[in-house]
Amino acid sequence: MVEATNDFVQDKETIVIKGNISAAYAAKSARVQVISAYPITPQTTVVEKLSEFVDNGLMPGTQYIKVESEHSVMASVIAASMTGTRTFTATAGQGLFYMFEMLHWASGTRLPIVTAIASRGPAPPWNIWADFTDIFSCRDTGWMTAFCATHQEIYDEILMSYKLCEDNEVLLPKFVAYGGFILSHTSKPVIIEDQDLVDSFLPPLPDEKGWPHMWIDPERPIMFGNLIMPSGFYYEFRMKIHDAMVRAKEKIKSVAKDFEKIFGRNYGNGLIQEYKMDGAEVGMVIYGDLALQMEQAVDDLREEGYKVGMVKLRHFRPFPVEDIIEIAKKVPLLGVVDRATAFGSPTGGPVSCEVKTALHDVKGTARILPMINGLGGREVTLDQQKNQLKILIKLNETGELPKDMLYGTFWDGLLEVK
Amino acid sequence: MSESEKWKKINKSKEERPKVQEYKNWKELSPIPISLPIDGNMGTTGDWRTFRPVIDQENCTKCGFCWMYCPEGVIEKKEDGHFEIDLLYCKGCGICAKECPTKNIEMVRESDIQDG
Repeated sequence: MVEATNDFVQDKETIVIKGNISAAYAAKSARVQVISAYPITPQTTVVEKLSEFVDNGLMPGTQYIKVESEHSVMASVIAASMTGTRTFTATAGQGLFYMFEMLHWASGTRLPIVTAIASRGPAPPWNIWADFTDIFSCRDTGWMTAFCATHQEIYDEILMSYKLCEDNEVLLPKFVAYGGFILSHTSKPVIIEDQDLVDSFLPPLPDEKGWPHMWIDPERPIMFGNLIMPSGFYYEFRMKIHDAMVRAKEKIKSVAKDFEKIFGRNYGNGLIQEYKMDGAEVGMVIYGDLALQMEQAVDDLREEGYKVGMVKLRHFRPFPVEDIIEIAKKVPLLGVVDRATAFGSPTGGPVSCEVKTALHDVKGTARILPMINGLGGREVTLDQQKNQLKILIKLNETGELPKDMLYGTFWDGLLEVK
Repeated sequence: MSESEKWKKINKSKEERPKVQEYKNWKELSPIPISLPIDGNMGTTGDWRTFRPVIDQENCTKCGFCWMYCPEGVIEKKEDGHFEIDLLYCKGCGICAKECPTKNIEMVRESDIQDG
């Protein structure tokens, strides 16, 4: 083993790193005990960096397991988590799909596993660039899902996720997703927090007795994951997962509050983050890296005198129904931008469907204009996003819809050969 | 009482099982279902058997391979070192016969056995 060096941080320090490295630092700061890994673009450098940390003795006591596939990654992470350890892995796109069966085992066993996802477009045609369809394909697995808009948010969200997932009232696994290449392979300054401060924020690592609901201990043998007949409690255990997920909304808010108190960075109420929605006439609901640039678009249009605002969706599961209703009562029109597809669904975009569903039974809420943008890493320019906001303003004032609509959804940035 | 002894007692007696297993409705359920091991929880699985493993005790080298490989844990090591198969639960999978290094376990069709 290479001798431990101290060129990596123990005290608070700002370093310029890629999004993937930010995720790796978060796992290190969270003192994860077991990491299982299989490389896949654009996630690979997360687990590469972690292997470097482990090999250099910077993560003492951490087990790093190399396996032969993503299915085995999740299987080994689940087994490790069952014994009562804090676990971490990262994957993306096709790798996530290969992991799919085990995702249900993780949530069904109620294990607080945190997984970083550098989202990429599903193949075919082969694609490795930003597109959140991979994560939305796992919508009903019982995993919580958060989106990050900045490099710092990746680090922060992973720390917050461990605090959330390990809460006895929650006990669910969670994805922390960010756009492949756009965040994963670009560099920005990231504050790596003081280890003592992180330790004081996070719950203590589980002891050898394991989690309260699940353990592997030869002294106390149990059987789990057993067959339940239709007349047994299968139905009720499923209901409990939904119950935990919905109750997690309050926990997300309190974790975000605690985080701000200790580290001083604000992420709205944890579920959503409003940006210049006060006095706005139209608003845009948006998530992931596109949200960061949309802030700029909102700023620019505000300077030009347009009353626009935006809402950054931070969590997709659990879905912040109440907060979306609040927002939709403030403005008459909301745009929803998806960088993902839900083929054959009412709008074609996964989040716009959810927003519409949330508002369905509530009177006096905003009209929704679903938009799809930037699939497969297609560049989304600032001008394009400003134009999207202007479309909303125009629709609000004159009722005029944009061209290139497909079944009520605006697909922006389509190629046109001249 | 040690943890292991306490747990053995819990396994044997329904009265002493942890509260985790007591519930009236879904709200009282623990987060996941667990069950405590009990002999023959799924019934006497020996009924499933088509072929019965018969150990040739005279030539057995007592190596313990059958005991180690048995997926059901129904092979027991006796005090004098020889092995016996619990036919009440043995499903007759034949793994012991396959793994026996000296081929001293024979799989005999149940209908060919006189004792019924």
